[in-house]
Amino acid sequence: MTQKIDADHARFRHIVRGKIKQNLKRFMSQGEIFGKKGKDVVSIPLPQIQIPHFRYGHKQTGGVGQGDGEVGTVLEPGQVEGDGTGKAGQDPGEHVLEVDITIAELAEILGEELALPRIEPRGQHKLEAEKSRYTGIHRAGPESLRHFKRTYREALKRQIALGSYDLERPVVVPIREDKRYRSWKVAWLRESNAVIVYIMDVSGSMGDEQKEIVRITSFWLDTWLQSQYQGLEVRYITHDASAREVDRETFFHTRESGGTMISSAYKLLADMIAGDYGSGEWNIYPFHFSDGDNWSNEDTRLCLELLQSKVLPAVNQFGYGQVESPYGSGQFIKDLRQAYPEDGHVVMTEIPGRDAIVECIRSFLGKGR
Amino acid sequence: MSLPRYLEELQQQIRGHAEAYGLDCFEIRFEVLSYDAINMVAAYGGFPTRYPHWRFGMEYEQLKRTYEYGLAKIYEMVINNDPCYAYLLEGNSLVDQKIVMAHVYAHCDFFKNNLFFRDTNRKMMNEMANHATRVRRYMAKLGADEVEGFIDTCLSLENLIDIHAPHIRRRPPAPPAEEQEDAEARPAVEVPRLRVGRKYLDPFINPADYMEKQKQRLEDEHKRAQRFPPEPERDVLGFLMEHAPLRPWQRDVLAIVREEAYYFAPQGQTKIMNEGWATYWHAKIMTQRVLDDAEVIDFADHHSGTVGGRPGALNPYKIGLELYRHIEHKWDTGRFGKEYAECQDLELKRRWDRHLGLGRDKIFEVRRLHNDVTFIDEFLDLDFCLQQKLFGYDFNPKSENWEISTRDFQAVKQKLLFQLTNFGQPLIEVTDANHMNRGELVLHHRHEGVDLRGDWAQATLEALHRVWTRPVQVETVVDGKPTLLRYDGREHQAEKIG
Repeated sequence: MTQKIDADHARFRHIVRGKIKQNLKRFMSQGEIFGKKGKDVVSIPLPQIQIPHFRYGHKQTGGVGQGDGEVGTVLEPGQVEGDGTGKAGQDPGEHVLEVDITIAELAEILGEELALPRIEPRGQHKLEAEKSRYTGIHRAGPESLRHFKRTYREALKRQIALGSYDLERPVVVPIREDKRYRSWKVAWLRESNAVIVYIMDVSGSMGDEQKEIVRITSFWLDTWLQSQYQGLEVRYITHDASAREVDRETFFHTRESGGTMISSAYKLLADMIAGDYGSGEWNIYPFHFSDGDNWSNEDTRLCLELLQSKVLPAVNQFGYGQVESPYGSGQFIKDLRQAYPEDGHVVMTEIPGRDAIVECIRSFLGKGR
Repeated sequence: MSLPRYLEELQQQIRGHAEAYGLDCFEIRFEVLSYDAINMVAAYGGFPTRYPHWRFGMEYEQLKRTYEYGLAKIYEMVINNDPCYAYLLEGNSLVDQKIVMAHVYAHCDFFKNNLFFRDTNRKMMNEMANHATRVRRYMAKLGADEVEGFIDTCLSLENLIDIHAPHIRRRPPAPPAEEQEDAEARPAVEVPRLRVGRKYLDPFINPADYMEKQKQRLEDEHKRAQRFPPEPERDVLGFLMEHAPLRPWQRDVLAIVREEAYYFAPQGQTKIMNEGWATYWHAKIMTQRVLDDAEVIDFADHHSGTVGGRPGALNPYKIGLELYRHIEHKWDTGRFGKEYAECQDLELKRRWDRHLGLGRDKIFEVRRLHNDVTFIDEFLDLDFCLQQKLFGYDFNPKSENWEISTRDFQAVKQKLLFQLTNFGQPLIEVTDANHMNRGELVLHHRHEGVDLRGDWAQATLEALHRVWTRPVQVETVVDGKPTLLRYDGREHQAEKIG
């Protein structure tokens, strides 16, 4: 049902979109920007959207309440913020407006703002998926799927044809033969699948701030790639001197103290690709984050070898982000730069701090591969 | 949609009870709406049509979300109009519909009889629709962005009205035109002449046309030096309408925002009284007349939902209801007047009962004459404060927590009254519209111990500047020091004064 409010609502969504776009770069460098994150919706606090007034500052006002408690009893935060009904003198206070936005919409905004090219998927024409849609009509089926309107239309047709339909007493009674049921049709969809493999260095030199940067960056990479592929898998590998595959939770929260052997991770990555995604139908996006302090030149050479022979032939793009840690930025990115010219399938970027996340995303996704 | 038969019968029945109790209402038109439609109407502040603006869309989204998450449900909505319109939610249980109807009858009685609603437009339904048409027309002509942007600006200033204006005369009526001319002619200014030795040289040294020009200039200056406005003006919106350099459509939009602000103001001024009144009567009508035996539990459940609360938020339904009952009890038992006040015997006071039975009459009188501020000021007493366990809370900067700060009756009452004065909005008035003779606007914030919220004050000054177009400033107090917040169209300044 269309309503008068729809226009106002669309207008509001438009403004929200504009505000998000305007503040996107700020959002992208702040991890805590997301209030809640659901399956395909995120809530973003947008205080800028409220209409300002001359208003009392909240913290000086205090207020009057009702209930038990001695002087000095602490009120829970939720209790103080004004509720919808308490408008009489009860300042709505610091209530921050949160708006919901779908991941798809967010990806679109991201794409527009950073001018990201659409990705031309590989292997698109070979992979097909079956999908059933309830668009068909059948003469037999379960009562729960009975198509009410079609059934009555059939009954009416029959009655008119038989001449038993009486305009004065328009009673339509369907019989068994009139009944129509919804049924499914199988549609073949071309689908392209993609996998992101995040690899993170969890050696002692990667601190919490570095991990936070990786977490934020990965959120935006996920968001964009999700909008480009129907099926997106995400795998996580952590490494210090040895590598292992972990789940998302562990990925962002483990802390190891060992040294760094990047080759161990690349070896695991190569195995993973060969094992699970070897058919050539997959769009593969490994992203590796490290502070670039590899154990030895020997290991670095091994890394380059693995990349060249096993990884690069299979992937769309290999991304390497070097996060600057308190101990400085390592040598690894220089070695990579020497080995691979600028616009190859290896994209390298340095992330000295949160402000650089935007640039990092742009260089990872800006090639449209 | 017309009311289904069974609800119509219910309405007749409840109206009968309401009238029997002495409630005096406009005719009420109930409409049954789906939850989607009721969210829309709620987003529009109860009206079916408002001018196009995004904030209604925002309101709608939030209502929809809270409803879908099952967090809140709109129980009743009623608009102050003759006839009065009220909405029922489709699919609510019968007992809910009964409560809502009884509640609405009391609201309507309040709208009709409370003094502070006397000057509200009782055909606001039509007026709102007119506003919508006018704004739509401007949008069609000038583009939605421009008009909506200006509405945003006006809404930023919407609380700068004089809530008492409809009831008193702030300015003496303008003197008749003749007198005005006289007044202007009076300050005859002497233009200093150069001294001349020979009289015949005078026309050459002090040429007549030059003297005339000088005289004109001095007079102009004198006039400008006079303060404008002569008295501080609380109706800032009205002042801007009259004196800001606005184009006709802008003036009209500002007028629309102002008119709606004045229309809604009494509802803000009487929230506690109005909700308390409605709750008092729905409880009375339901429990004494309408409830079936089978509905008692449901009623109790929903009623307690209405009057329940959280410690940190004062529930106007609850406090209003209890205060009416408190007053009724006092006047029924004769616990008022000199004799009772001066009685020192606590035991005697506790059992005080003169069997006066004046309670009902008294609360009807109260609902006619008071607003929230006077209601609380007059009737919230120590007994009530103790019974209701009222407390004051404040932010404790040391622990970064909100804490109960006082149980002292006077302090609590002061705090509550402060919250309600000017319905919780800072008092701000225009003191000078030609500051430094440069057409700059000066507002004055009557500081009562609480500072303005800084970032919002700046944003509001920007809005004010968009209307006034010359530099604007507000005199206020920040951290105990008198401060002038100024915005000249490019940058903000905060300057300590005095």
